[in-house]
Amino acid sequence: MRIDFVGIDKTFGKVRANVDISLTVESGVIHGLLGENGAGKTTLMKILSGYQRPDSGAIFVDGQPVSFASPAEAIAHGIGMLHQDPLDVPAMSVLDNFSLGLTNDLFPHRRQAQRALFTLCRRFGLSLQPNDPVSRLTVGERQQLELVRLLALGVRVIILDEPTTGISAPQKTLLFETLRRLANEGLTVIFVSHKLEDVEALCARATVLRNGRVTGTQEAPFDREGLVRLMFGQSVPVAVVESRASCDPVLETQSLTVRTYRLDLEPVSMQACAGEVIGLAGLEGSGQRLFMEACAGIQRSYSGRILLDGRDMTHRSYFEFRRSGVALVPAARLEEGMIGGLTLLEHFALASGDNGFIVDWESAERVARERIEQYRVVGTPRSLVQELSGGNQQRALLALLPQDLRVLILEHPTRGLDLGSERWVWQNLHERTERGTVILFTSTDLDELVDHSDRIIVFSGGRASKPVFKDEVTREDLGYMIGGVNL
Amino acid sequence: MNKQHPALRFFLGLAPMLLTFVSTTLVLVLAGANPWQAYGNLIGGAFESGAKVADIATAMVPLMLASAGMLITFAAGLWNIGVEGQMIAGALMTTWVVQSITAPPALMLPLTILAGLVGGGLWGILIGALRTWGRINEIFAGLGLNFVASALTNYLIFGPWRPPGGATMSGTLPFPRAAWMPTIGATRASWLAILLAVAAIVAVYFVLRDTRWGLVLKALGKNPQAAFRMGIDTRRNIILALVVCGALAGLGGSLQTTAIYRRLIPQITGGYGYLSQLVVLLSGLQARWVPLVVFFFASVQVGSPRLELRMQLDSSLGGILQGSVVLFFLLVNGLRRRIETMRG
Amino acid sequence: MSQTLVTETLRSVIASSAPLVLAGIGEMLNERAGVVNLSLDGSILLAAMAGFAIALVTGSLTLGFALAMVVGALIALLVAFSSIVLFQDQVAVGFVLTLLMADLSSFIGRPYVRRPGPSVQALPIPGLVDIPYIGTVLFDQNLIVYASYLVIVLSWVWLMHTQAGLRLRSVGERPEAAYARGIHVNRLRFIYTAVGGALVGAAGAAYSLNVKLGWSHRHTAGMGWIALAIVIFGGWHPFRVALGAYLFGALKSLGSLLQPNYPNIPTQVFQAAPFALMILALLLVSGDLAALELYLPRRLRPLVHAVLQGTPPAALGRRFEQT
Repeated sequence: MRIDFVGIDKTFGKVRANVDISLTVESGVIHGLLGENGAGKTTLMKILSGYQRPDSGAIFVDGQPVSFASPAEAIAHGIGMLHQDPLDVPAMSVLDNFSLGLTNDLFPHRRQAQRALFTLCRRFGLSLQPNDPVSRLTVGERQQLELVRLLALGVRVIILDEPTTGISAPQKTLLFETLRRLANEGLTVIFVSHKLEDVEALCARATVLRNGRVTGTQEAPFDREGLVRLMFGQSVPVAVVESRASCDPVLETQSLTVRTYRLDLEPVSMQACAGEVIGLAGLEGSGQRLFMEACAGIQRSYSGRILLDGRDMTHRSYFEFRRSGVALVPAARLEEGMIGGLTLLEHFALASGDNGFIVDWESAERVARERIEQYRVVGTPRSLVQELSGGNQQRALLALLPQDLRVLILEHPTRGLDLGSERWVWQNLHERTERGTVILFTSTDLDELVDHSDRIIVFSGGRASKPVFKDEVTREDLGYMIGGVNL
Repeated sequence: MNKQHPALRFFLGLAPMLLTFVSTTLVLVLAGANPWQAYGNLIGGAFESGAKVADIATAMVPLMLASAGMLITFAAGLWNIGVEGQMIAGALMTTWVVQSITAPPALMLPLTILAGLVGGGLWGILIGALRTWGRINEIFAGLGLNFVASALTNYLIFGPWRPPGGATMSGTLPFPRAAWMPTIGATRASWLAILLAVAAIVAVYFVLRDTRWGLVLKALGKNPQAAFRMGIDTRRNIILALVVCGALAGLGGSLQTTAIYRRLIPQITGGYGYLSQLVVLLSGLQARWVPLVVFFFASVQVGSPRLELRMQLDSSLGGILQGSVVLFFLLVNGLRRRIETMRG
Repeated sequence: MSQTLVTETLRSVIASSAPLVLAGIGEMLNERAGVVNLSLDGSILLAAMAGFAIALVTGSLTLGFALAMVVGALIALLVAFSSIVLFQDQVAVGFVLTLLMADLSSFIGRPYVRRPGPSVQALPIPGLVDIPYIGTVLFDQNLIVYASYLVIVLSWVWLMHTQAGLRLRSVGERPEAAYARGIHVNRLRFIYTAVGGALVGAAGAAYSLNVKLGWSHRHTAGMGWIALAIVIFGGWHPFRVALGAYLFGALKSLGSLLQPNYPNIPTQVFQAAPFALMILALLLVSGDLAALELYLPRRLRPLVHAVLQGTPPAALGRRFEQT
């Protein structure tokens, strides 16, 4: 199915998300849609898949004008979208999620649905168990489920929104293979991403959006510098990081284990020197999160010890960890890191160590202004934090932290950020290491892990590897270790 | 953002009162009563004499104290239905102190005040413990405990604390004079009680606006998870909020025994706890509106018994008035928000 | 205790718990769709009064029940409407309504206080009633009780074994996912609120026309709050909710049964005991099971978790916006 966008406009309040967008997507082609966060890619795709209606402009499918009032209508026309966070029901099983919406009858045709699921899984080499609750699946598996569900509904156009965020390397390979097969069978695949490498590897054609407009289209093989220029307007230099370490262990764990309902973390022993950056690699749910939360004092350890600057912190409270200079920056910025409904000023007032009875608003405002400028947050002290963009929220989170921490733990620090913000975050983090802060971070981006860590610990199924120096290991090795080999 | 026509805004502000008036008139007509007579009796019953106005002031005291406490728990994101039980606990503790502790007369009143604060505060700890460690939502913990408090009161009045002549619905023996709150002239209103109530609401206003604890509660109410991550002790502050609310509510209950009834009776708090939640809702969770709303509610409370007396109408008409105003307030507010979002 | 006493007690427990079963299942359906109806106690009061009043005036029990169901449905729809269309907090609106409807019931119902009225006739099922023990307990009842059996079974089949039930569950768990699959989220929420509310109304009428005949001030004695609690206790599952209702009924009967044997313990203790026990039960269900489970062998954990734990529908009380 060939899709033509003609003059699409969409504005949200003051933000012009799509401005006069015209482009063509041929059938049987994997077409990439590149751009920074906020460039307008997701909005355009939401319009195509029926979640939004354009303010003006038209969409043609195989030459016929179409207008969708709901996602269901778009699916009826054969257009389906796989969202970054798959729209499934975690409390229900794989089979229930698959068959929900498949038919409108009263009684479920369980066996038929199961057969359809099995057939599709076999065709693409997937292994989804029908009775597993979706809450137990990884992001990659949830994606696979959504994909087969859309295929079962007979879609001919599949839109994938940032699909490689949060999935493992093997899952990515499988996804790419699947998409290539679908394209060969004549389906249209639109691949929305901000990751250059993925688009280069997968797409036959790529359109770049910037600030809501189309800035250009390229065919494979791609000219990377050219793409970057289309995305940003100028070439962005890559930061070079020198490996640095001096050894007075700031953070040390001795046979640390954690036990929870879902997962048991087996003994982890490591030492981190001042100024070191330790990357935690692995599939989601392999134990890195538990480890980080234990190091921050949020999760109670089961056995073993945690030492901070030589002091035994095992089983101490979260508040003691904080007082000792440990901070954790969560991935869910607005849900776990900041308080929606409060202003930046109020956040700074809360974060200040001031324990007085009456709030010193003046001094809090001063600090707020200073840090906002220093961290280049686009906002004012009176801004409500939920109104900030993702990149600015991350900057704000870093700005709220004390300047001199002993250990800074970050969950997926650059997830969902555009290239510019990503580079800025790492610049700030490396500045902190120069002051002796130990950085612990997780990422599913192997490049990020290799580029910025001094050493890497790989987690797989609750077991952790010994920390390896990054020049001792290749990306392929890492991939294998994440998959459970070589530990 | 407020692109609304000023006339529209004025109308929307007045709408809840108008709608209440219309709907209550309808209900009266349905019950076969003359609405004008009913309204006349209501107003007369509330305002016709100095003694009546003193009664309004008296009714305002427990309502103001409980509402002040509720502002704190609402700020923390809690729905403290157990405030009724907290009031009762304060009354019970005060009665126990009066009956069991012999103290010089000058100390008696301060002791009763302390008893009210402590009794309600302890009840708050109970609710907080059930919530924090028992993971029971404070709505159900509070509710269940309300029933328990009520039953406990009855048990005490008809059991260990019954007067020597035999248990009756009039409650316990009257308190000794030393435990009587001083009144204004011949009325039932106690200037000390009123003072305490006013002090409470003023204090709560300042705490929520200017203190660090107020900001902490606000953060807690909006996002407890993130507040914890920012270093706020969620558990301690929730329990603290419940204790503070309990203390204020308990004081309200205590004053019922020392300032009004001078003894413990069944239904000592008369549903003031539940009513205070309506007050706080109608005040839009803002301390500065509470006194006005409390005055309105108290007036209705004082005026409604006359309906029963002179027209054989159930005094629950007062409750219908109060509930309707809050309901329509919420609905009209919702309408306003709806209009705003549609304008984009 | 003699066997006839046991069967008779069980029979009366089933009979007196029928309204609670209806109310509990009705509220369960509401909450499965994502709407929490805190006005339950007030709704039941108003429905009980209205049902009795109409039955008294017209002499028709059917009309009484019908009106009660309409009253229940309308109040529940008001809560849903305020939440979905007017963006108000369900808990706030529900709370105000519970007080308001309770007062309305007292006010409008005043002329009907302590007046004798019609009651539901007993209807033993021939044949089934002759089964030893179970026969008298289960089948020597009336139409309301049989209706409650039907409601339990039907709601289970509907919720767990039909595509429509799947759709209902998805609406309460993750409305965005339901919307993506072409399900009309808010329309379903209104429909199930009406159905659940109607059941709640029926529960009110079942009380005033069968369990505690007639009408009086605050006649139904907190049944609405208990119903809300047993939905939580029952983990939002029809069978467990029904079990909770019967347990509570048994506790109340136990109270009045044991009272004569223990004259020293005042009546208030027996009256308050079921509520205190309700708190204890909720403690068990909602409490920090995770901490407890760490001491259990690994294989037992999922079983204990499944039996005791009950998580609410994830989207309960939250609004859904169709962008």
